[in-house]
Amino acid sequence: MSDFPLVFERSAPGRRAARPPVTEGATMAELLGETALRASPPRLPEVSELDLVRHYTQLAHRQFSIDGNFYPLGSCTMKYNPKLHEDAAERFLDLHPYQDPDHAQGILALLHGLQGDLATITGMDAISLQPAAGAHGELTGILMIRAFHEANGEGEQRRVVICPDGAHGTNPATASMAGYDVVEVSTGPDGEVDIEAFEAALGPDTAAVMLTNPNTLGIFERRILRMSEAAHAVGAQLYYDGANLNAVVGRARPGDMGFDVVHLNLHKTFTTPHGGGGPGTGPVGVKAHLAPYLPAPLVAREGDRFVLDTDRPRSIGRMRSFYGNVGNLVRAYAYIRTLGAEGLRRVSSMAVLNANYLRMKMKEAGYTIAFDRVNMHEFVAQPPAGLRTLDIAKALLDHGVHPMTVYFPLIVKEAMMVEPTETESLETLDAYAAVLAEVVERAQADPEYLAGAPRHTPVRRLDETTAARKPVLRYGFAAD
Amino acid sequence: MPYVPHTDDDIRRALAVIGVDGVDDLFADVPAEILDPPLELSAPMDEVTLLAHLDRLAALDQQAVPTFLGGGVRRHFIPAVTPRLAMQGEFVTAYTPYQAEVAQGVLQSTFEFQTMMSELTGLPIANASMYDGASAVAEAALLAVRQTHRETVMVSRAVHPETREVLQTYLWPLDIDIEVVDLEPSLTTPVPVVGDHVAALIVQDPNHLGYLEDMPAMAAAAHAAGALLIAVVDPLALAVLREPGSYGADVAVGDGQVLGVPMQFGGPAFGFMVVTDALLRQLPGRLVGQTNDVDGRRAFVLTLQAREQHIRRSKAKSNICSNHQLAALLATVNMAALGPAGLREMAEGTVRRAHQLAAAVRAAGGDVAPNERFFAEFVLRTRADGVTVRRRLAKRGVRAGVPLPAEYGIGNGVTLAATELTTDADIEALLAALHDVGELGVVGTEVPA
Repeated sequence: MSDFPLVFERSAPGRRAARPPVTEGATMAELLGETALRASPPRLPEVSELDLVRHYTQLAHRQFSIDGNFYPLGSCTMKYNPKLHEDAAERFLDLHPYQDPDHAQGILALLHGLQGDLATITGMDAISLQPAAGAHGELTGILMIRAFHEANGEGEQRRVVICPDGAHGTNPATASMAGYDVVEVSTGPDGEVDIEAFEAALGPDTAAVMLTNPNTLGIFERRILRMSEAAHAVGAQLYYDGANLNAVVGRARPGDMGFDVVHLNLHKTFTTPHGGGGPGTGPVGVKAHLAPYLPAPLVAREGDRFVLDTDRPRSIGRMRSFYGNVGNLVRAYAYIRTLGAEGLRRVSSMAVLNANYLRMKMKEAGYTIAFDRVNMHEFVAQPPAGLRTLDIAKALLDHGVHPMTVYFPLIVKEAMMVEPTETESLETLDAYAAVLAEVVERAQADPEYLAGAPRHTPVRRLDETTAARKPVLRYGFAAD
Repeated sequence: MPYVPHTDDDIRRALAVIGVDGVDDLFADVPAEILDPPLELSAPMDEVTLLAHLDRLAALDQQAVPTFLGGGVRRHFIPAVTPRLAMQGEFVTAYTPYQAEVAQGVLQSTFEFQTMMSELTGLPIANASMYDGASAVAEAALLAVRQTHRETVMVSRAVHPETREVLQTYLWPLDIDIEVVDLEPSLTTPVPVVGDHVAALIVQDPNHLGYLEDMPAMAAAAHAAGALLIAVVDPLALAVLREPGSYGADVAVGDGQVLGVPMQFGGPAFGFMVVTDALLRQLPGRLVGQTNDVDGRRAFVLTLQAREQHIRRSKAKSNICSNHQLAALLATVNMAALGPAGLREMAEGTVRRAHQLAAAVRAAGGDVAPNERFFAEFVLRTRADGVTVRRRLAKRGVRAGVPLPAEYGIGNGVTLAATELTTDADIEALLAALHDVGELGVVGTEVPA
């Protein structure tokens, strides 16, 4: 079987698809000087428009997506991305970030409205829309906490960020980027943070506690109010990783749980598309005492005008250029304004219903549930004895469904973290459970079955070891 | 309810399987005192109402008028084929390509992206994208600190002011010092004396004001001190300008908006980072590598993940997880659509139109700064402050004039940008508007009363 070509391999000198407007006049050497110019052109592809269309259409066909496939990745909230939102975003494409704000009152009104909606939904006092992704929001939040402690003269004293051992990898990585040491606390037998270990870890050196609730096992931390009280009692700030907000959106608010800072993943709960890995969008909300530290600018209202408020002397500064991933902010706004409060309640209610339903179905199919109890929007399963999660994941691909998140959280062996989301029908979940059962049956009947999977995907299992040992990170042109 | 398929029967069936009486039983772990707070959100809108609401908002925004704004984002030609291909549902609604067998679309197009960015910059290793140019510069500075074990970076004042603000935000918690290199009267960066305590020299070319820097001299100055040169570049300009690899830059970073991403009020576009082989292990962000499958077919996969947060947690090179893949795909398709000739024509058109504009404004008596070596934008000194000039021009139907920050010490002024999309009629409109607001006739002629 031949290799699927790279766009460079479809190239022939002299072809091209698109033609910009033609200008004539002085040469670049005349305008800029010969020494400023490059000696040879970049070797970009030269393809006809139809070849280009076929290439990227065929590549799209070599790709699973929510549009084509059930995609129950735990902690990723792969819900349907409404087509309406793409139309909404198209209305705001030709806006320059530096155009006169008086002539950008529509988009500023929208962003101001979204700040308000997200504050209401999270129970926080102020929102910055600037962070580009969840991890970027985490960094924003932890830097604000650091600035707060420094302003209180406790910057030197508070050196530690506490995370549960089940935390998303971004949490400890963020704490490091913010110059903090990380202490992990263990998970108890009920799947919740070990409360004694947690309280013992807290101290005068604690800067922040980073939690997601429900946690990465899909279990709601029932002692959250006690944890928040304990953290505040030692002067620590409580950070909410919003990756799992879909479990409670509209029904419970991080602000009411006692959190001081929250980031949201608009590409999860608020259904902006993941785009094959991004752009995400990670707004941050804070309680009033941290609001002075939010990145500048915020969108503010002055009478009947909306302005970009850059006069924020205690701000941690900018996290990125301009105001945020506005295209995605428009999509999230469209979502919230389509659903309203009742619609958001329905989202979390059905997300939790679906996850619990699928948990029961996976048990029927022979899988073990880690910390088996009523879960929220996701749960963590394990394969039947003797089978490996990776193999099952690969077998699922042959059935046209995407695997769950595998080998996370790290605290469960052979973890399969499943998050179906509210936009899937019970029929889809039944079909997934049936596939999961079939895979187990076939694996038990034929030891070669799993080892050979997948068989029908565009490519089969990859040699990842060689990819890492001898990295080939760009196309090798014949002349190289 | 929109997007939720459950009928009443479905809910009853699911509850029976789960073995609870009602959906609220599934929320029993949430403390009662915080469950179901009242939420004051707007009443839901149907599709028609929502779009009409957005149309009313969009009508308050100045769009589709002559545009001369730059400062990191510009309006460039985007052929129809680019968004049609990149914004296919399979690309838009995919997740990070962790299951490579069913993610060759994203993985291969990312490998193509890495190759194209490598070609543009003349450096071998590009990552799969960053959030934006500003955060990419900050990450590049952190890379240099890790590589050199030095704790100071030098940055030209002509690097975009917002980029320097982001740099400050990222470096502050790690106690890394920033030394700023002031500009010469030509509005370019003098070749600085780099001390051996410096991890990296960061210079933007073309700089924030539009002017070309002496990058080979910058590389020599940085390397003489054992520091890295981080070149902040405009990827479209690299279709004609010397590439960072040719003058010895260690890292090329920048923002990819100009490669086919709509302006969108500043985001999302994407950042890129391209480095020498020596810096591979310090590179943040995702990387796609080539390998084979068990049948010997070429295939692509995320690789060298031991640098990343989901493996290394607190020891990762960065906390970055989501990047700006879809915007990078727009650029990939766009570069493939244009090819080397089309990209060069866009860059040449940008240079020609910008120089035509500068000559026209100067001929009409505008106080254009004397440096002629600029790519897409240049400085116009103004009577009123830049914010006022921009507002007055906007009222006359022209988007123009990124205000000059006071830190440049050259008084009131703006930058004006042109691109290959700028027309003669656009330039006439700007000249008329500048005349109306009293910013022409500053040099050589009397100001109209």
